[in-house]
Amino acid sequence: MPDIRNYTLNFGPQHPAAHGVLRLILELDGEVVQRADPHIGLLHRGTEKLAETKPFNQSVPYMDRLDYVSMMCNEHAYVLAVEKLLGIEPPLRAQYIRVMFDEITRILNHLLWIAGHGLDVGAMTMFLYAFREREDLVDCYEAVSGARMHAAYYRPGGVYRDLPDRMPQYQSETSPRHTPEEVKRLNANRQGSLLDFLEDFTQRFPKYVDEYETLLTDNRIWKQRLVGIGVVSPERALQLGFTGPMIRGSGIAWDLRKKQPYEVYDKLDFDIPVGTMGDSYDRYLVRMEEMRQSNRIIKQCVDWLRANPGPVMVSDHKIAPPPREEMKHDMEAMIHHFKLFSEGYCAPEGEAYAAVEHPKGEFGIYLVSDGANKPYRMKIRAPGFPHLAAMDEMGKGHMLADVVAIIGSMDVVFGEIDR
Amino acid sequence: MKSVTHYLKRLFLLELFKGMGVTGRYLFARKITIQYPEEKTPLSPRFRGHHALRRYPNGEERCIACKLCEAVCPALAITIEASPREDGTRRTTRYEIDMVKCIFCGFCEESCPVDSIVETNVFEYHGEQRGDLLMTKERLLAMGDKMEPQIANDRASDAKYR
Repeated sequence: MPDIRNYTLNFGPQHPAAHGVLRLILELDGEVVQRADPHIGLLHRGTEKLAETKPFNQSVPYMDRLDYVSMMCNEHAYVLAVEKLLGIEPPLRAQYIRVMFDEITRILNHLLWIAGHGLDVGAMTMFLYAFREREDLVDCYEAVSGARMHAAYYRPGGVYRDLPDRMPQYQSETSPRHTPEEVKRLNANRQGSLLDFLEDFTQRFPKYVDEYETLLTDNRIWKQRLVGIGVVSPERALQLGFTGPMIRGSGIAWDLRKKQPYEVYDKLDFDIPVGTMGDSYDRYLVRMEEMRQSNRIIKQCVDWLRANPGPVMVSDHKIAPPPREEMKHDMEAMIHHFKLFSEGYCAPEGEAYAAVEHPKGEFGIYLVSDGANKPYRMKIRAPGFPHLAAMDEMGKGHMLADVVAIIGSMDVVFGEIDR
Repeated sequence: MKSVTHYLKRLFLLELFKGMGVTGRYLFARKITIQYPEEKTPLSPRFRGHHALRRYPNGEERCIACKLCEAVCPALAITIEASPREDGTRRTTRYEIDMVKCIFCGFCEESCPVDSIVETNVFEYHGEQRGDLLMTKERLLAMGDKMEPQIANDRASDAKYR
């Protein structure tokens, strides 16, 4: 009688259902997974080492590229760490702007997650609908920072520029396919400032989430694919180092925005959704509710930002560059400008850890400074890493097709895991 | 009673028809699609695209070779060599941006004290061989000459925020 051996399957790194460059070695007994062994490192770019060779400000654009689905949240952890090191606090308006864009980022991330997860599980339409809403939000990204994804908008000491009072509009003369009336209709919500545009979005968005839920929440195929898949008990979730929607899906209300409020989260009103079962379906429900809560936070920030104009950057020109006009005719401002962009600033000797509630979990930056103008060491705490490490435990005993649903519900992005 | 209604809902595929209702509505709704090459999505004046080197209105190039952009570039994409010109002014003899390295963070534009290096709203460009994406001084100046009205307009509309 010939030996019956387990079948070893290479899942990825080019598999369309393996997110990014995940390579998973699956040991299969028939179609049942015996062992799932994630192999990482295919997107390693050495961000931590790179940061050691650059003045503090110049690492900001590299933070965008860690988790390239939630760009500004990564920047946020970094600028918080640098600010802690320097002992400065950004103006209140900058804090509100950061919180608002953190929540925009959370919606962006969860929309891409539901789009990709839906596609993996077989709900193609979600992809199209989610990208429709993402388009509005990346337009907000672009309006403030000039880039749709890699914003480099947060800076130690505040944010780079204040919110624009005009939204960019569709150009009617370059539209052979649309009549002027149609272009006018496309521009209808772009007449005012960025805040008006966002307010319009916050009013529309809950309806869109309702539509997603109509499509998915009760859908029998969706439930068959997700309910009871990848169950993690609350105790194991704690032991495995889960954070974010992963731990909240298991029923533990752990959220840094509530537990260790940073910026102005303690002044805002929002709730933390938790799951009960700890399966993929609960994590789906938690993320859907988080989108609604983020929408609430954005609305509150929009109202506050409308009423309270002010500076968005610290006035200390050792850390933040002086305004351009001043730099052009004032000698001292010019010196500050040159000093800042060539040498940067020196942080006092010491260490700082700052963590934010990133859409995927706790994203932290640990900085050690030896008193120079660059960090002595930077360590990134990526939330996706412990989640992926639990792949074996979550996937064991499930069918091959469930592995895709589990990867989807973990919301892994390789930019941060491999960093 | 609850389980009976639940059973009936499942039996008659209620949730599937509800979902079909959503997609069906969108089938007949107004389309929001933009036909890309012919139409463009909105671009903000802060957009960071292809670089350009600007000139003063009298035709003199702005860049004074202070090398601040070279120093600030996180990706080390900018290479500058400088020497005095015949008339004694300090100018660049070589100004290159390697678009393969560039991460479009916009720090070069932020750092430039004379508004010489800027990022335009051109994002449609390509290279057919490796050298095509090495932007030399001539190409950057040509881009600046071509795009100057747009560049000046965008900078003016964003001036109060910078």
